[in-house]
Amino acid sequence: MTTTPHNIVIVGASLAGLRAAQALRAGGHRGPLTLVGAEPHPPYDRPPLSKEFLLGHAGPEALTLESTEPLGITERYGQRAVHLDTTTQEIHLDDGSVLPYDGLVITTGAGARPWPDSAPTTGVHTIRTLRDAQKLRNDLAADQRHILIAGAGFIGCEVASVATQLGHRVTLVGSQPLPLHNAIGAQAATFLTQLHHDAGVTVLTDATVTTLCGTHRLTGATIADNTGTHQHIPADTVLLALGARPHTDWLTTSGLQLHNGGLTTDEYTRTLTTDGTPLPHIVAAGDVTRFPHPHAPTPITLGHWSNAVEQAHTAAHNLLHPHHPTPYHPVASFWSTQYAVRFRAVGLPQYADSTEVREFDPTHHRLDIAYYRHGHLIGALTANRAARIATYRTRLAEHLATHTHP
Amino acid sequence: MSTTVNVTVDMKLCESHGQCVFAAPEVFSFDDDDYLVHNAEPDPTLYDKVVKAAASCPLRAITVEKSP
Repeated sequence: MTTTPHNIVIVGASLAGLRAAQALRAGGHRGPLTLVGAEPHPPYDRPPLSKEFLLGHAGPEALTLESTEPLGITERYGQRAVHLDTTTQEIHLDDGSVLPYDGLVITTGAGARPWPDSAPTTGVHTIRTLRDAQKLRNDLAADQRHILIAGAGFIGCEVASVATQLGHRVTLVGSQPLPLHNAIGAQAATFLTQLHHDAGVTVLTDATVTTLCGTHRLTGATIADNTGTHQHIPADTVLLALGARPHTDWLTTSGLQLHNGGLTTDEYTRTLTTDGTPLPHIVAAGDVTRFPHPHAPTPITLGHWSNAVEQAHTAAHNLLHPHHPTPYHPVASFWSTQYAVRFRAVGLPQYADSTEVREFDPTHHRLDIAYYRHGHLIGALTANRAARIATYRTRLAEHLATHTHP
Repeated sequence: MSTTVNVTVDMKLCESHGQCVFAAPEVFSFDDDDYLVHNAEPDPTLYDKVVKAAASCPLRAITVEKSP
């Protein structure tokens, strides 16, 4: 018989971890509640790291999230979880301490995918944490430099926008036919690429960075295109924006189901044993998870701010109500600002098999695209047309409410 | 004395992400230029929705007060 847990531990002092703690208290949990985080600070907000913070328009205070003080929780920052024992129900931390739990929320998030080979010690960056962003900001505070960005996803594109605004020369290298091609489709990617061209960014497509050159200090990189041709590009700074890697190293010995590093949950935010049995007292939320979604053919990972918030809320509810869990069928919602153009998206455009371009106006920087899969709406993306996105969102929510299978 | 709910939005912070419009469309919407407009004194029955809208704002630009 599964009962409501008395002693709850949240591993991952992230946005998802904080919002889970709030939802647990708001949902009536009065027992012990502990928040564990590997970084030395309380949970903070990450989206500004690749935008206002990097530009120098905002300091660390702009990253402040809600205070944990009203929650009455035990906070353990700067301590990394290294092992989960689901038999004894204990979490082992890197300082040797052991935390028992009755209920566990896993919100350890994801880190920047590291460079797989040797790299120079200076001039090579990733951006995921406050510390990462501070180091890159220091590099960008220097006089004009050549910044090479490896990876043309959202982070790579946003940093290209910031670096050109700061007067740097930027080369953006992506392995797809256009930046963000697979995420938002050819038309939107064409619109976006034009913004980068207009700002003077050199955009290299169908290309990958293969070698980082320099022993101590970075001197440049070797780039291969899809014909196998290599070229050397001198650079002062490299940003590795190669995607996210879920923080699940500590779970490899736990017996929880992992897939390509992601922590698998069922549609009720519950983690699973390796044989697929759901564990109602171990739930998960945020970037660390991969979960089934009615609009997607295979389990998905959403690295979005709004997903961390909404999934944490559902996970907290389901931990407290193991006999009446709520399914998590979110309308994904995400955004990006590049060159002062506001991109707003809902749903899962990456799974579309057709699109309808309702507006494509590069002159006024306006865009409105609907994405379909098997004939039904699956997502939408706008640029400087935020007013239109709510209607799409309503339609997606209505469809999800009545279609709970792919 | 009847209950009132007051909603304020710090427009210096708002970046038109639209999360509040999703959460409480009765109270929040955009104008044609993507600026957020809202009902500053919504019906008190919408209180829970407005609180949810405030929590969903990535800029934490929304403040909700209930009185008495």
